[in-house]
Amino acid sequence: MPIDRILGIETSCDETSAAVIHLDGRRPVLDSLIILSQDVHRIFGGVVPELAGREHLRTIGPVVDRALAEAQIGLGAIEGIAVTAGPGLVGALLVGLMYGKTLAFQLGLPLIGVHHLEGHLFAPTLELPDLEPPFVALLVSGGHTLLLDVAAWGQYQLLGRTRDDAAGEAFDKVASLLGLGYPGGAALERLAKTGRPGRFRLPRPMLREVATGGPDRFAFSFSGLKTAVLRAVQSSADIERDRADLAREFQDAVVDVLTEKTTAAALELDRRTVVVCGGVACNQTLHDRLTERLAGIARLVVASPRLNTDNAAMIAAAGAWHLGQGDRSGLDLEAFDSGPLPGMLVSEAQN
Amino acid sequence: MTEPELRAWGESVGRSLSPGQVIWLEGDLGAGKTTLAQAILRGLGVADLVTSPTFGLVHSYRTRLGVAYHVDCYRLRTSLEARDLDWLTIAGPDVSALLIEWPDRAASFAPAPTLRIKLVHTASAEQRTMTAEGSVAVPAVPASH
Repeated sequence: MPIDRILGIETSCDETSAAVIHLDGRRPVLDSLIILSQDVHRIFGGVVPELAGREHLRTIGPVVDRALAEAQIGLGAIEGIAVTAGPGLVGALLVGLMYGKTLAFQLGLPLIGVHHLEGHLFAPTLELPDLEPPFVALLVSGGHTLLLDVAAWGQYQLLGRTRDDAAGEAFDKVASLLGLGYPGGAALERLAKTGRPGRFRLPRPMLREVATGGPDRFAFSFSGLKTAVLRAVQSSADIERDRADLAREFQDAVVDVLTEKTTAAALELDRRTVVVCGGVACNQTLHDRLTERLAGIARLVVASPRLNTDNAAMIAAAGAWHLGQGDRSGLDLEAFDSGPLPGMLVSEAQN
Repeated sequence: MTEPELRAWGESVGRSLSPGQVIWLEGDLGAGKTTLAQAILRGLGVADLVTSPTFGLVHSYRTRLGVAYHVDCYRLRTSLEARDLDWLTIAGPDVSALLIEWPDRAASFAPAPTLRIKLVHTASAEQRTMTAEGSVAVPAVPASH
């Protein structure tokens, strides 16, 4: 019997999220998505509780209930459960995992544990139902920066990843160095719009390897760039004057590296579609630069911001694909703090 | 210390460690805490890429002495949030090493260090000074330039 209506649950780190999707043929269609940090008023109405970070235990019930209510269905209509099993903070993952397992056991439903990063790859399928591999994927978030070749769903070749800080982490930490608070990635992007390009010159880490075609041509490193910003801040005679120009140059440096490596990967692998996903995919400058650079090379696919931040809809979409393949998790499914994508090939060069 | 000196010292520390160490890594953004953690874990025999745990909070690695945890408390907004970090596991009896960046942000949740390393920026670019103290014997810190 096909499993057509799926409840997704995501609690891998900071966010508590639940979503309902259904399948139209093989295409995932979003019925509802609740993301605690964005929808707290919709969930709790007039009396919003004081919430500290990662309070999944207090919020998972109301978040799932709200997702079901907005999909206008009851639990009885759910046919499968998809839940993030990792990577993430084990204590946070366990809350969603236990909730999902309990529902699956109580309702006698198939359960599938989903890798959080595979979820990000499936996010655009909720808006672009004809999206199919092969494509090159740039997965950029606060915790991860990877370039992947997706030959088929479930077949992922790691092209390169960050050696130190993730791109989103670099945005947030540089925002902090520039006095914009933490996390300030979005504030940094706003400030950069007002900055003058080229007044400062920061390194483009590991960009040269693209031209030389070395084994690190798709690898990233953002820690040194963060330190370079720190040095520029320390040696600035007037940080009020320089702040926006530094923000501009930092963002240009990150966007240059991400754009050039992604474009080089599409060309080298002859892929005509490029997917950008993860929280940093919300950066408009990155979007604009990639659109320009990929013209005539590949189609750029970026989901809307709500689907690029951590959310349960992408987990449901990835879970739906696995359930359709006949994959099932047992009730002994365990949370894991780290580990590669299922089906990911890593060559020696990436280590 | 230059970055190569920091890496070389960190690897020698990792090679010399006995199981059960709690290592605090202190210093401002960009001082070299994650670089040093990478070197110590490499010295402990970690073959995998060691990346910043700032977003994920806790990363685990297989070392020659068993599992090691690399923790970063930088983005905890209050020390109460440190409760989320499952200290019973990451500071458990079978853990080979627990490396903690920004331990002050976890307040009393962070176990006391057996080795406490402080990194401080210097005026000259690409340099930092380092102090290391604790109950565990470690290789001598290279003299400052």
